[in-house]
Amino acid sequence: MGPSLEARALTRRFGSFVAVDRLSLRVEGSKCVGFLGPNGAGKTTTLKMFTDLIFPTDGEAFINGISVQRERKRALSSCGALIESPEIYGSLSPREALELVGALRGMDAREVRSRTDEVLAEVKMSEWADQKVGRFSKGMKQRINIASTLLSDPEVLLLDEPSTGLDPRGMAEVRQIIRALKREGRLIFFSSHILSEVVDVCDEVALLDKGKLLFFDTLSNVSARVSGGGVSVDAEFLSPLSDEVVLREIASVPGVGGWSRLDERRLSLTIVGGAGARSTVLAALASKRLGLVGFHESRSALEDVYLREISVGDSA
Amino acid sequence: MNAPTPTSVTPSEGPPAGSLGSVPVSWSQAVLMSRYQFRDYLRSRRFILMMGIVAAISAILITVVVHFRPAGIIGNSTAFYGTLWTSGVEVLIVFAGVIFGGDAIAGEFQNKTGYFLMGLPVKRWSVYAGKYLAAFAASLVTIGVYLLVLIAFGSTYFGAGALSLDLGASFVLAVLYLSALLGTVFLFSSLFKTSMYGVLIVAVMFLFGFTLINTLLEDLVGIEPWFIVTYADAVIGYPFSGVPHHTTRFAGVTSYAPTYVEGIAIMIGYFLWTTLVGLLLFEREEFT
Ligand SMILES: Nc1ncnc2c1ncn2[C@@H]1O[C@H](COP(=O)(O)OP(=O)(O)OP(=O)(O)O)[C@@H](O)[C@H]1O
Ligand SMILES: [Mg+2]
Repeated sequence: MGPSLEARALTRRFGSFVAVDRLSLRVEGSKCVGFLGPNGAGKTTTLKMFTDLIFPTDGEAFINGISVQRERKRALSSCGALIESPEIYGSLSPREALELVGALRGMDAREVRSRTDEVLAEVKMSEWADQKVGRFSKGMKQRINIASTLLSDPEVLLLDEPSTGLDPRGMAEVRQIIRALKREGRLIFFSSHILSEVVDVCDEVALLDKGKLLFFDTLSNVSARVSGGGVSVDAEFLSPLSDEVVLREIASVPGVGGWSRLDERRLSLTIVGGAGARSTVLAALASKRLGLVGFHESRSALEDVYLREISVGDSA
Repeated sequence: MNAPTPTSVTPSEGPPAGSLGSVPVSWSQAVLMSRYQFRDYLRSRRFILMMGIVAAISAILITVVVHFRPAGIIGNSTAFYGTLWTSGVEVLIVFAGVIFGGDAIAGEFQNKTGYFLMGLPVKRWSVYAGKYLAAFAASLVTIGVYLLVLIAFGSTYFGAGALSLDLGASFVLAVLYLSALLGTVFLFSSLFKTSMYGVLIVAVMFLFGFTLINTLLEDLVGIEPWFIVTYADAVIGYPFSGVPHHTTRFAGVTSYAPTYVEGIAIMIGYFLWTTLVGLLLFEREEFT
């Protein structure tokens, strides 16, 4: 059996406010799952219950089938968690901090040393290995936190917005690290607001809103959900196009299911028929010499579904 | 909620993921943690501050002795160590407790260092015990340094031969008092999530609060304050002074002095109940 995470009717109230509402979710196997939801949806609260930082009002959380609430130490032994950008004792160096983590996890000293070099290189902090953490910037600290999460090569990774506080290059690096972490026997569960990041690295997505799970599905199913209605594409032109030209030259192209105007030089086209149709439409538009300068998906399928589901939740 | 169909991973190179190491028992984790915490203390500004306080107290006492040459003290090694050691160490223990322990638990919440430790496979009591041990060790270093300073100073009057078992016994009692005081400090520290409150309350209680309550109880109601930890600190001086009368009546006011057994029992009792309650509080505290 592969690694697994399970929430059983997990509930957390703060006073009368329900932050997480009877969340039931089971994730199993070697995969990467994106945990999405607007600000205040309850993502961090959920992950904190998975690591015993806070306690559920009701329900239970399991890591690899072991209850976090009943056997915290055993449950967390195969799990690496990064929640809320923790601080490391300022007088320690990254190497010392990782030494502590390794020792607490029962790794032997030689293993700790070689893994420390590896993970520090992975987060591009090798040259800072022996400086005091206290003087590091926020992003540098976050890199060390990521390194310490990876140190013991855990089967389950729980990451709460791991790229918070990182520069654009750092974000790309985190994405690359997560992608490299995907392998047989590992389950990665991470919350994020960056949908492109999720599309990039995740196999499945769970969407939480107001403490409730709206859906949990594979990314390919998510894309299938929207492709029925077509994908919308933004097309940008060198000079303004009249409605007449648009109707005659563009709306008639096979594959274009509809259009609307974004401004005088930009159109939003709905394309039905998947990637093949998109390619045909692009080729047709280019050949018409209308001055096409841009042609790109206006929103990812995930973004469409995200916005749709969240707004459904709002009107409910 | 329907479960999605499983997707295939695209495994990257390398062996399958598997957690390295097998997690050690909770006691050794506590000791491990205390080592790093202790290192943190030794490198911190608060340790320098503590050594500054040791230096200041030593300097004041030494200056007084050298300048006024009180006959009662420099003529008799028992009186010398009895007075200087006892008066100094009781103050130092309070300072060490406040400085090393005051924010030990609250600081984990306030500085967010707790999030670093608590995501690891450790029991909460290991963290508590680890921090306690580190604060204890740092305080022990503090009073140890003070003891060495006194011995060095004393040997200029009495030579090295004047050291007696009394000093050793008093040191042991001081260490016992330290453990009770730190237990209390940790309890206060786990009551709050803001370091300032813990530090402030501990400082106020140990520097005046307990003594005040002590005096009020004795003077006004005539009750023996056996339930107040500072009442027990008198026994630290007994190896030099001998055990005084348990109750003294003077001008209509009864004052109390603990017996050895009472004093030791109070210290052990305080260590136990404060640690127990502090641990229970910490077990239930949330990192929100
Ligand atoms: N200690 C607390 N006391 C009261 N309410 C809290 C507490 N912690 C969280 N909440 C509330 O619970 C809700 C969920 O918060 P949570 O931090 O889990 O959201 P999130 O999904 O992680 O949001 P974000 O994307 O902004 O990180 C919020 O409305 C928040 O106000
Ligand atoms: Mg959050």
